[in-house]
Amino acid sequence: MLRFTGVGLRYGAPARGSGSGFAAGSAPEALRDLTFTLPEGSFTWLLGPSGAGKSSVLRLMHCALRPTRGEVEILGVPLSRARRRDLVRLRRRIGAVHQDFRLLPQLSAFDNVALPLRLAGRGEAAIRAEVAELLAWVGLAAKQDALPEEMSGGEQQRVAIARAVITRPTLLIADEPTGNLDAAQARRLLALLIELNRIGTTVVVATHNEDLLARHPAPALRLQAGRLVEAPGMPEAGDADWDLRMPPPPGFDAVAGGTEGGRPPAPAPAAPGRHGAGPAGHGAGLGHGA
Amino acid sequence: MAADAARSHAAGRPGDRRAPPRPRGPRRSRDPLGLRRALADRLLPGLVAAMALLAALAIAGGRTASDLAARWRGGVAAMVTVQLPADADAEHARDALAALPGVAEARVVDPARLRALLDPWLGEAMPGIGSALPLPPLVELRLAPEAADRLARSPAAEAAALAGRVAAAAPGAEVEAHGLWVARLAALAAALRGVALAVLGLVAAVAAAVVGVAVRAGLAARRESVLVVHGLGAGDGWIAAQFSRRAAALAGLGGLIGAAVALPVVVFLRMLGAALLAGGDAATAGMAAAPGLLGVAADLPWLALLAVPVLAWAIGWVTAQATVRRWLRALP
Repeated sequence: MLRFTGVGLRYGAPARGSGSGFAAGSAPEALRDLTFTLPEGSFTWLLGPSGAGKSSVLRLMHCALRPTRGEVEILGVPLSRARRRDLVRLRRRIGAVHQDFRLLPQLSAFDNVALPLRLAGRGEAAIRAEVAELLAWVGLAAKQDALPEEMSGGEQQRVAIARAVITRPTLLIADEPTGNLDAAQARRLLALLIELNRIGTTVVVATHNEDLLARHPAPALRLQAGRLVEAPGMPEAGDADWDLRMPPPPGFDAVAGGTEGGRPPAPAPAAPGRHGAGPAGHGAGLGHGA
Repeated sequence: MAADAARSHAAGRPGDRRAPPRPRGPRRSRDPLGLRRALADRLLPGLVAAMALLAALAIAGGRTASDLAARWRGGVAAMVTVQLPADADAEHARDALAALPGVAEARVVDPARLRALLDPWLGEAMPGIGSALPLPPLVELRLAPEAADRLARSPAAEAAALAGRVAAAAPGAEVEAHGLWVARLAALAAALRGVALAVLGLVAAVAAAVVGVAVRAGLAARRESVLVVHGLGAGDGWIAAQFSRRAAALAGLGGLIGAAVALPVVVFLRMLGAALLAGGDAATAGMAAAPGLLGVAADLPWLALLAVPVLAWAIGWVTAQATVRRWLRALP
């Protein structure tokens, strides 16, 4: 289970924020007052325009950051109080697919995928069998000795996915996993994510890809300027155009920030000029409150 | 389903193969952070080799100094001459003196030898005067090594204490300890040894600093990879081990090179020193008594020289561990 409670995040300064988020002389908070809960085994889209804080939320979920304010609880471990050793063990239960793959350039596809198992201290014989099987499953059996630089973007993406799931993670997070894939590849990736979710993995996927949303209706976390404007369990507001709306009118932020987990009242009607997303995409985002 | 998708995907991009996979050894997977290139194998061993050379020379110098000190203490400094009153019973006094604490051996000086020593001073003009002169009986004491050490360390106090003990054992006896100047030489040797130790410490500190800088550069070069493995659940110990294994190997290699280069220099210095010592011992033999190469080789401080690369390895390991762990503490 992932539980965010009044989470604020400020980069650069480890100092505790005072709450306003815009204290004089300090960087603005990348995330403000995030409160939501994602149940175990759920599938959640993480939506919002670029710079809204999606990657920051994912980094918190990956235990790559500690919150500046509030509490983040990942799989039962509170990040702000956990010891570093416990975070190490926690990370081994989390699979992460990054937008830029983040494969180790010195290692072959095989060794990249095998690395999480080796870090977990698994025996080499078991590793050999498991990695070979998974590489075959993602269609890279013939490429297992190739270095990342010798592979195409799609192939590197699949290596990254294999590496993220090789340990059968309890939580899988993916940041724009389709950013380097064409439409067909993106659909195949989605099928894989759904399959993992079906066998019990909690999945969180940040994406801009409206086509994916349309194909797999699921609850969504929607961020705007570091604030949560939609979350599973939030009261529904009849319109789903939050991600593409212009910045809110003056005074709006304060209202939203004050109501913990509450959705700001009376959203404005859809702004013109949104990208061509199917209506199903929005129905998906809202229809599955957990 | 996913497998199907993946297969069709792979088949759909035939133009992806850019280069045929090169054959790679299995060892590649043991260097996931690519430290073989990030911690370069030229500069670090070179610098550590220079440090090791200095360390080896300091060790050899310190060893020579302490050898000299030991010889002086065991030799001249350990000898004490006791002059008895003319009417004393030399044999009886000898026994009493030999029983003193700190005295290893007491020997009555043969009066004939004493006369032979005196003859050159008395000359040929009055033959027989030597035997006519009343010579006091002399007893030579050789001090035990600990007693000689004490004498060398605090000559004045020890000499007085010794004189008191001797006077008690053999009434009327006078003591001449010729240790004072020897003690000063021994003090000089001890100081040289201290300097050698200080040089060793300094060299070790500089070597640690060099390793620290190299490891920090390696961390900067492999920052992304370190963050990736950190995200994959690598603990501090695992990451630090990657760096320290590499750094220790390079530092150990440098230490080996430095010690190897130092060896001929040490042998040369040792041969010079051995000649000096041999000359001092066998007063007449001089340089002729210089031992051969084998003698010098047997006499080298091999253990200390072998310790140089081991120490360099350990410095590399410990420094890398500390540096990496401190760096990692900035991560959650």
